[in-house]
Amino acid sequence: MGSSAPAAEATARTGEPRVADLRRRGIADRDGVLSWLLLAPAVVYILALVAVPFLLAVAFSFSDVTGGDPSFDWVGLLNFERIFADPVFWRSLRNTFVFTAVSMVFIVIFGKVLANILIADFRGRWIVRFCVLLPWTTPVALSTITWLWLLDSVFSPIDWVLRNLGIIQSNMFWLGQPTLAMISVIAVHVWRLVPLAAVIMMAGLLSIPKDVQEQAAVDGAGYWRRMFEITIPLTAPVIAISALFGAVFTFTDMTVVYVLTRGGPTNETQVLASWAFFRGIEGSDIAQGAAIALFLFPLLLAAAIAILRAVRGMEIS
Amino acid sequence: MLAVLSALAAAGPFVWAAITTFKQDSDLYRRSNNPFGYNEPATSDHLQFLLTGTGFGTFAWNTLWVGVLVVLITLALALPAAYSLARLDRPWAGRMGIAIFFVYLVPPTLLFLSLSRLVVALGLQDSTWSLVVIYPTITVPVSVWLLIGFLKTIPKDIEEQAMVDGYSRVGAMVRVVAPLLFPGLVAVVVFAFTLTASEFIYALAFISPSAQKVISTGVPTELVRGDVFFWQSLSAAAVLVAVPIALVFNLFLDRFIAGFTQGAVKG
Repeated sequence: MGSSAPAAEATARTGEPRVADLRRRGIADRDGVLSWLLLAPAVVYILALVAVPFLLAVAFSFSDVTGGDPSFDWVGLLNFERIFADPVFWRSLRNTFVFTAVSMVFIVIFGKVLANILIADFRGRWIVRFCVLLPWTTPVALSTITWLWLLDSVFSPIDWVLRNLGIIQSNMFWLGQPTLAMISVIAVHVWRLVPLAAVIMMAGLLSIPKDVQEQAAVDGAGYWRRMFEITIPLTAPVIAISALFGAVFTFTDMTVVYVLTRGGPTNETQVLASWAFFRGIEGSDIAQGAAIALFLFPLLLAAAIAILRAVRGMEIS
Repeated sequence: MLAVLSALAAAGPFVWAAITTFKQDSDLYRRSNNPFGYNEPATSDHLQFLLTGTGFGTFAWNTLWVGVLVVLITLALALPAAYSLARLDRPWAGRMGIAIFFVYLVPPTLLFLSLSRLVVALGLQDSTWSLVVIYPTITVPVSVWLLIGFLKTIPKDIEEQAMVDGYSRVGAMVRVVAPLLFPGLVAVVVFAFTLTASEFIYALAFISPSAQKVISTGVPTELVRGDVFFWQSLSAAAVLVAVPIALVFNLFLDRFIAGFTQGAVKG
């Protein structure tokens, strides 16, 4: 230690007081320890309230726990056998995929269009942005309630317009017919998530250096050519991220289905999440609810990994 | 033109909800009446009913203070974690970041059954505090992910310079990095609050007494009695909640986007 003092003075004179600094710094400056100290609260919290409940949910799916009888008895794969034998499960699984895939396509397309609109400069931009954000920032349950009224079997204003235009004679029963109900659910999902996708994509669009666009324009590239050869490739990672968000929110959501159709008519619009809720909470069969919900996870994981890979691949190239 | 169209498509249901709010029952429930205008004089009865005759005020208050507490907890947990992953160059930082983000993909639908057990074990069932404890499971992973992105946009040199100038790492963090991070921080706060306010499943599963409910569960359950929907009051609630949140979000939208893009622009 004795020899470091002059050394510190020497480095201090050259403008790099490293040694003195090192002595003054404590544990907080050793990166390895510090990184764990900073990370620990979040990790402990997540382990306690996500990892543990997750494992508990997995355990539930192999048990016979119900609302009335919470004692834990191992039943092996019985729950899964019962699920596989239930046509409603297959229906829900299919619907989950259909909803997610169809919504994602529309969310990405409309999101892109909307992002292009929102970054343009025009008068009244503020009010347009405000209106566009509404569907996403409003709590899902509330915005879905307004849709429930819009799609009402008797008083739907959509039907009123169609009736007065002479397109239909009697009401459509939006939520009463299987196909229309599915379209309605998808429409509400798309309506609600497009703003989020648009905001993420706006970020991507704004990150394209202006000179690249201008140079291309000078070189004679038209709007569509610039769109497909510059804008879309450069924003592909951001588009993928917004698709990922859209997919996750649609895939795991049960609120829209729960409020709008409650899975009806006769489970035609049931999705895994809502089916798990009806079984686990309203049917009080916690074990089976847990087993159904468990199917969401590997599928989500696969989708997420695929998309993250795609994003990485694009960043490298 | 397209802008107006998309604004209408997005806000249409809310405009219509606002019209519905002031309609009389006899006007609302007639099939031939124009649903977009008033065929009978407008009335504010249903709005008054919402504000004084229901628990709407209580729900709003609950949502607000739960949201604020959740945001504070989220920042306290996510900020150090994000800093650690973005700045301290541990070899496992990248993988850990992705692992934390994947936590976000574990759907509430999968966890609420076992979490409701946990809430009972903590003695928090039917209390709004249960949401304060559980909601950060949703907000922390996304916030960590967003904050890592924002932190990476702040050049490391600035921080190193501050440390060379004699600040400790913590000092550099607080005095130099924090102010630069502010726009990103605001974006995360707004995002986390929006997630909290929209959450439905946990709030539905954990809490049944009206006085403890939040907006997203209180309104649909208290304003629907059996088959009777109080449509005007429901519409009023949707508009009253939607407008302020969207206004605040709109104020910070540019910051949100700026934070997102800074990295890409600066390389």
